[in-house]
Amino acid sequence: MSSLEKRLAAEKRFKFYGMFAMTLSLFFVLILMYKIFSTGSGAFVRTTINADVYFDPNFIEVSSNSSKKEIMKASYVDLADQVINQNHPGLDEENFIKVREMYTRKFDYQLRDYIANNPNVIGKTVNLDISASSDLDQIVKGNYPRNVPEAQRKINDYQLSILDSLDSKGKMSKTFNFWFFTNGDSRDPETAGILGALMGSFYALLICFSFAFPIGLLASVYLEEFVKPGKITDIIEVNINNLAAVPSIVYGLLGLGMLIGVFGMPYQVPLVGGLVLGFMTLPTIIIASRASLRGVPPSIREGALAVGATKMQTVFHHVIPLSLPGTLTGTIIGMAQALGETAPLLLIGMVAFVMEIPGGAFDPATGLPSQIYLWSESAERGFLEKTSAGIMLLLSFLIIMNTVAVLVRRKLEVKW
Amino acid sequence: MLYLSLVLVFILSYSFYFYGKKRALSLKFKKNENLSSLPDYYGYYVVLLVFFPAIIIWFFLLIFKSNFQEMFVMSPVLFPDVATWSSGKFGLVMNKISNLSMIVNLSEIDLTVGDKSILKMASESEIIAAKNLANFDKIYGWSNLTLFIILPVLLGFLATKSISGKLNAQPIVEKIISYVIKGSSYIAIFITFGIFFSLVFEAINFFRYVNFIDFFFNTAWNPNRAFVINASEGFDQEALKEAFGFVPLLTGTLLIASVAMLVAVPLGLLTAIYLAEYASSKVRDIAKPIIEILAGIPTVVYGFFAALSLAPFIKDVGEGVGLPVSAESALAAGLAMGVMIIPFVSSLSDDVIKAVPQSLREGSYAIGATKSETIKKVILPAALAGIMGSFLLAISRAIGETMIVVMAASLRANLTFNPLEPATTITTQIVTSLIGDVEFDNPKTLVAFALGLTLFVMTLILNIAAITIVKKYREKYE
Repeated sequence: MSSLEKRLAAEKRFKFYGMFAMTLSLFFVLILMYKIFSTGSGAFVRTTINADVYFDPNFIEVSSNSSKKEIMKASYVDLADQVINQNHPGLDEENFIKVREMYTRKFDYQLRDYIANNPNVIGKTVNLDISASSDLDQIVKGNYPRNVPEAQRKINDYQLSILDSLDSKGKMSKTFNFWFFTNGDSRDPETAGILGALMGSFYALLICFSFAFPIGLLASVYLEEFVKPGKITDIIEVNINNLAAVPSIVYGLLGLGMLIGVFGMPYQVPLVGGLVLGFMTLPTIIIASRASLRGVPPSIREGALAVGATKMQTVFHHVIPLSLPGTLTGTIIGMAQALGETAPLLLIGMVAFVMEIPGGAFDPATGLPSQIYLWSESAERGFLEKTSAGIMLLLSFLIIMNTVAVLVRRKLEVKW
Repeated sequence: MLYLSLVLVFILSYSFYFYGKKRALSLKFKKNENLSSLPDYYGYYVVLLVFFPAIIIWFFLLIFKSNFQEMFVMSPVLFPDVATWSSGKFGLVMNKISNLSMIVNLSEIDLTVGDKSILKMASESEIIAAKNLANFDKIYGWSNLTLFIILPVLLGFLATKSISGKLNAQPIVEKIISYVIKGSSYIAIFITFGIFFSLVFEAINFFRYVNFIDFFFNTAWNPNRAFVINASEGFDQEALKEAFGFVPLLTGTLLIASVAMLVAVPLGLLTAIYLAEYASSKVRDIAKPIIEILAGIPTVVYGFFAALSLAPFIKDVGEGVGLPVSAESALAAGLAMGVMIIPFVSSLSDDVIKAVPQSLREGSYAIGATKSETIKKVILPAALAGIMGSFLLAISRAIGETMIVVMAASLRANLTFNPLEPATTITTQIVTSLIGDVEFDNPKTLVAFALGLTLFVMTLILNIAAITIVKKYREKYE
């Protein structure tokens, strides 16, 4: 081979390496998305068992005249057992327990909520779709293999035979799992929902925004418009750049050591989470806002000054409004980062098991990413699905926020 | 209620704008006084004088709510000797009262047998304290609301009263705003100080227990060995010596970070070169944002992916070829982290490659070099400093990354350089030592701050080095 051919071959090879590297990187994005979506989509569907439920007054502690409070307080465990006995007649004690395990553990709560909404149902028979237990759900969805020895299965042979007979009668069905969007966390995968974590993240982001946006905007205005470059601005500048690169877990330590340790703020609450995320987002907003302020041409300022405006009037009447789209874009992107940030939430305690949906920034809560982490640590297959579904929800929020950021930039940004 | 009062503060201070302005206008047109500023500024003047005091007090009441709650519940009126209690006893009583507060307001029928016996055992002052605690939110909320009606109105009327034609509102308003702006920019510095001091103080507390040299040079990490022998002797000094050895954490961190860099550097750099030099603008416009998605994906997602798919896959492959691979191998965590870092390397390198002046490329083409030769011999050397800067930033990212390693790496320290074995990292240990435990009185939790400080210093050095290199490089071509 001549030397020119060699060089041209090397050229081709090099270009191929580059293309290969790029394709591989793109491939990683695809495989990640595929994996998440294929494991997570099941969480939006729930297996139910259709049954005739006779609300037998003998097994219900309350009557249709009882107040709502009494209805909510009463126990429906006996009624739930009775319903199962009716639908599977002739069970001995051992088999009864096996069949009971096929239904959700929270069956009695489902009955309670139904009675609370329709108090007149007592003494009548209603056809209901009862949620199946998570293990059964996983068998039906095909996530647990059926053809392995009984000892390796969560669902034993007897339960499988019941399942098949129910299936042949057409009693098994699937419904949209709205519980995933309306419930807080739960020990049982079939009733665990994301709403609590969602609200936790919402309050945290609200605090984060109300801290970081005004301060970030004003700080960048000061640095860009009011001080002459000097030692102090240099220090602040280096400082901001470094803050942007500090690992997020260190902010978690700041929240734990200072906000909780020194200021005595409560543990596990979105207030502290929001402030810590705000500290983290501040540099991002300042950097974006400064870039945007720098983009406003000097002629605007000079024009305002020439007609007699003060420096303050120039900045607040002309420069800030023109730079706002860029600042907002940076803020939304910063908030999107904050939404996905997990490590600081772990340290300030927003990873506990919280069933209630938080009603404010002072209630114990988890965040969306920390809920994902909590579920991922759980061994049950049902939670694996929930984890992926939680990730899908988180990613869709991030996509929405980033799209909004791009739209804000496109629609509002003034080109000079 | 607290949020409602915040809304009140906003609405009231905004409405005083009109009141202040009206007053200024009436001075001008009814009393024929000459105004020193535009009427608007009298409005702003009143708004600022109402808003800032009110908002500062609001934040104060929000942040110190739990302190007020404690003061309200554990008042010396109910517990005369409360000032002399140790923090342990205080916590116990507080805990008891908060349990009591859940049942103290229930009616007779709602109480269980257990509740009744708890109520019977509680002293009278504890019951009163529990009732106070149960009602605290309501009391605090309502008093807050009342305060934030009275305070802004009072301030607003006082400020409006002080308006006269001689009062030059504009400079005052501008002065206040300039202070606020200045203050905001100093907050960034305060945050740095906050980070530094909260790390240093707790780290010093840690080094009271464990010798500085033992910490940095010991090769064993078993924090569970740091147990208390008895109250008088405190910790077992010999065990403490061997409990906290930083070396295996450092090697684990570096091992995982190196695996990550082995993935990210070639892929990121080659991608950057391809996108900057070869790709058509169409390919570039599509591929660049997609690759940057990788940087936007939360790290908890990578961690989940690494633990769920990557680690079992690597284990299977390894066992297929007869290699013993741990289920928590450093390799899995490192690979996932590498994928996460690709966009950092590629977009930063892309920028520096594009910043290389076109004349250098043309000079190289003119003497007959091919494109790849130009890239290898001219562009990369010219962009080397910037590319190095991007590598340093990527390393700092990898060292500080938490979720991937918490989920996919091992919790057990292991002094190894074999990526197939499990390894733990600094960040993993920070998280494990602090989850579910916030008592800052033993080395097991305090070590997190010593680790955090070490991590902070490590990343700080890397960042400053990277920023300095990139800055120097930029000056060269500008």
